[in-house]
Amino acid sequence: MKKFLSWGYLILILAFVYVPILVLVVYSFTDSTVVGKWSGFSLELYKDLFTGERIRKTIINTVVLALISASLSTILGTLGAIGIFYNKKLLGKFVKNANHIPVINAEIVTAISLALVFALLGIGRSYFALLIGHVVICAPFVVLSVIPKLKQMDGSLYEAALDLGASPFQALTKVVIPEILPGIISGFLLAITLSLDDYMISAYTKPTTFDTISTYVYNAVKNQNHSDLPALRALSAIIFFIMVIAVIVRNVSATKSLKNKKEI
Amino acid sequence: MKKEKSADPSGSAKQKKSAFRFNRGQLCIPYGLFLALFVIFPLLLIIYYAFTAKDGSFTFGNFIWFFSSPSMLYNLGISILIGLTTTVICLLLGYPVAYILSRFPERRRGILLLLFIMPMWINFVLRALAMREILDLFGMLGKYNFLNTIIGMVYDYLPFMILPLYTTLIKMDKSLEEAALDLGAGKAKVFTSVTLPLSLPGIISGITMVFMPTMTCYVISGTFSNNKVTIIGKLIETWFGTGDNWHYGSVIALVLLIIMFLSTLIEGKFSDDKLATRGTNL
Amino acid sequence: MTSEEKIIELIDLSREFEDGTVAVDKVNLFIRKGEFVTFLGPSGCGKTTTLRMIAGFDRPTGGKILLNGEDISSLPPNKRPINTVFQRYALFPHLNVYENIAFGLKLKKLSKPVIAQKVEKTLKMVDLEGFEKRSVATLSGGQQQRVAIARAIVNEPEILLLDEPLGALDLKMRKDMQLELKEMHKKLGITFIYVTHDQEEALTMSDTIVVMKDGVIQQVGDPKDIYNEPKNAFVADFIGESNIFSGTYLGNRKVRFIGQTFDCIDDFPVNEKVDVVVRPEDVILTAYGEGAVSGEIISCIFKGVHYEMVMLVGKTEIVIQSTVERKVGEKVSVKIDPDAIHIMAKEFSVNLYDGYITKKNTVCFGDGEFQCDVTQLYPGSFLDEEGYLITADGDKIDLTDVNVKVEVGLKDIEISDDQDLGGAIGNIVSMIYKGDHYQLTVRTDENEEDFVFDTEDTWNENDRVSVIIPKEKIKLSLAAEEKK
Repeated sequence: MKKFLSWGYLILILAFVYVPILVLVVYSFTDSTVVGKWSGFSLELYKDLFTGERIRKTIINTVVLALISASLSTILGTLGAIGIFYNKKLLGKFVKNANHIPVINAEIVTAISLALVFALLGIGRSYFALLIGHVVICAPFVVLSVIPKLKQMDGSLYEAALDLGASPFQALTKVVIPEILPGIISGFLLAITLSLDDYMISAYTKPTTFDTISTYVYNAVKNQNHSDLPALRALSAIIFFIMVIAVIVRNVSATKSLKNKKEI
Repeated sequence: MKKEKSADPSGSAKQKKSAFRFNRGQLCIPYGLFLALFVIFPLLLIIYYAFTAKDGSFTFGNFIWFFSSPSMLYNLGISILIGLTTTVICLLLGYPVAYILSRFPERRRGILLLLFIMPMWINFVLRALAMREILDLFGMLGKYNFLNTIIGMVYDYLPFMILPLYTTLIKMDKSLEEAALDLGAGKAKVFTSVTLPLSLPGIISGITMVFMPTMTCYVISGTFSNNKVTIIGKLIETWFGTGDNWHYGSVIALVLLIIMFLSTLIEGKFSDDKLATRGTNL
Repeated sequence: MTSEEKIIELIDLSREFEDGTVAVDKVNLFIRKGEFVTFLGPSGCGKTTTLRMIAGFDRPTGGKILLNGEDISSLPPNKRPINTVFQRYALFPHLNVYENIAFGLKLKKLSKPVIAQKVEKTLKMVDLEGFEKRSVATLSGGQQQRVAIARAIVNEPEILLLDEPLGALDLKMRKDMQLELKEMHKKLGITFIYVTHDQEEALTMSDTIVVMKDGVIQQVGDPKDIYNEPKNAFVADFIGESNIFSGTYLGNRKVRFIGQTFDCIDDFPVNEKVDVVVRPEDVILTAYGEGAVSGEIISCIFKGVHYEMVMLVGKTEIVIQSTVERKVGEKVSVKIDPDAIHIMAKEFSVNLYDGYITKKNTVCFGDGEFQCDVTQLYPGSFLDEEGYLITADGDKIDLTDVNVKVEVGLKDIEISDDQDLGGAIGNIVSMIYKGDHYQLTVRTDENEEDFVFDTEDTWNENDRVSVIIPKEKIKLSLAAEEKK
């Protein structure tokens, strides 16, 4: 009974989360302009998605921006996390606390504060500003992913490397970084997710002619310009399929590694 | 004489300090500079704009304007209401999910959690749009603007509540609950006296993840209410955009900053562990 | 194996932490080439900090470390010909056994075949052939230990440091590894510096033992010396089981304790208060009435090879180890041979402090303020109604801020859990059992003043207590310059 209730509840919430997405997926296979009106099976929307110059460019822009900003965030954030962890002095405390600000601050405030700075520095709306903006919101999460791994690491590993003749830099690259790699990777993935998901920062820092998926969709809705919106159903559907594949892969690899563990 | 002798070796040791240790702590310098330039300095600029008039002179006028304008205060009130409502609903919906997931065997719960947070991979505007289509399908769009806004907010921010709760709950030492059972507490009592208090860090971190964003996320309030519900984030957008008064916009931003600062104070300051529940486990 | 050549020399070596605690306090020591030296002491005695300074992980805040005569105090750990076996092994989890051991060699840019050969040789030495590809996480504690040792010795260091390396192993494994390490030391011929809190481990393995307490070396010697001739009550108490009695040296090779006079072989000034150490195995059971002292057995525990019994003589307990069992309640006598009686100068026979009179009848010393009788400073004096001291000659003296020497006997101090009762507050930092009483040291926080005293009550180390000294027990004398 208890189990039944638990599963029932989970399924209810999952339905709340997935029904809208599934509806989009279903209606991505018809070329009706409105969801709810089925006008026969068609791959027209997918065709639009891949042939539409503007929409294709937007998707590429978003992905490239996410990759670059996540990479930059990972480098800065990992160095920052190591620094914070080993610097118990004023500098370490400053970085640690300043790192929390973008996490808890309202994104709109972060966004306009950056807009003010870029205006002052004469950079204005530009790709550089956009990139910096994304690093500002992504890097803190890299730091927060890496620090727990540093805490878990046996403190004497670094000393052991020095003891065996490694220079401090070698000890860092050959021992510390490999040890905290899982944290760095999850930080990187988190950074990509956040960058892909961002609207606010992009809206205030991007060049006017440049669009990410977020700004593109929002502006389309805001301006009641619905001509491109149906094609986005196809985009949502594609992301959904990638997600499903990811879950299956993860499931398979999880059971596999479990088996391996048992064999040992 | 004796004193000099003992002071000497420590003195020479100090001189060699920099050569002796490559300081790992110095690795945070680049990030520290980055944060100073692009996080701290921008916030100072907001404060500067909030306290200056268009001609650059110092003034409290922007504050007086904000706090004497009924529409501004009304919108602030609406924003707080939306933020609070969304947060409470997310907490009520999300806590059981996190709790149930945390009771699953380790290999199953990872996959299940993934199911709940995966929608975060779909761009949040696209995701909101999907929900909006559903509301449209039910004919709700344009009728219940406040309710629709809340539904949209909950839909988008629920995973942000589940994640920290889940992280805290799986980290919790299960033997504590067993100990409470052992000491004669009923199941309900175990939950209220052990599980709930121990998951407080997760609850707090979930609240911070949901409250501030929902107060300001005008993308959702705009699309779900056909721009009928105006929240404080929208006002900032307006003053920085078409309104063309950065000083007014900055005052509103500063008010938000103060609310953020106060809420972190209430939540137990810049506690490390609470924030750590956000970064891990994805 | 041991030569006369000094490989390591510590000169006035000190390490003070940022919070002001002194972990190592002006330690002077030399270690000979090829020696197996063990730093022994309770946790917090500075042994690990000393080792870490030799390894280069901690920088001395004072003094020097000489390696083969050259100062290496400021040399980073990676430049020292010294390798360490860490307490919890510190094996690199992301590398397999082979890669862990080859780590140091690869950094030295040795060629692959040379590395392979050296790793193979070392693995053979630690009995782990065929483990090359294993992940370190799949190894047992003992195997990890061997990998850690192999990883250190493969670099052919001049000195191998071992920081409580056997602490995480179970008893049987530990005993085996002790012998193996000893064997390895012989084979390699290099200097081993070993840190442990386990006295048995130290006695089994070492050529030389360095006993430390509170950052200070208490005694340096070979295991037999340390065991048989402990320099003070702390060493005697820490190394092995001991009976420690308070006694008086009567002169002419005779010492009196537990109410009897014994022959001994040490020489001390006549009537000196001394600590007498007798090992339990040196207390010999005799037929009742035939020994030097008689008493009753109050406990008897079988310990495998011997019985450990406690005999009560008056109020004093004597621990006896013997293969012969005596039942509880049995009346027995014991004798102690002269060469089994070790006499040590008493560390404290009286507490001395510098203090000053605060107002009227109180005196400040030892981080506290106590009621006292100031009239003892001037024979025949008395206090008038206003609290001024009137000397025998009728002079009126204001004693406020006058410096005095304060003397308090070991039996004149009491302590209490109630922190408001006493004049000073501190923590119990040591407690040594002396047969029929404990000798306690209470140390204050501010200036680390010690109150040493005897008590029959049982307290715990680290208890926070207040120190009570009856007014009449505080002996005052004017400090030298005031006397003029």
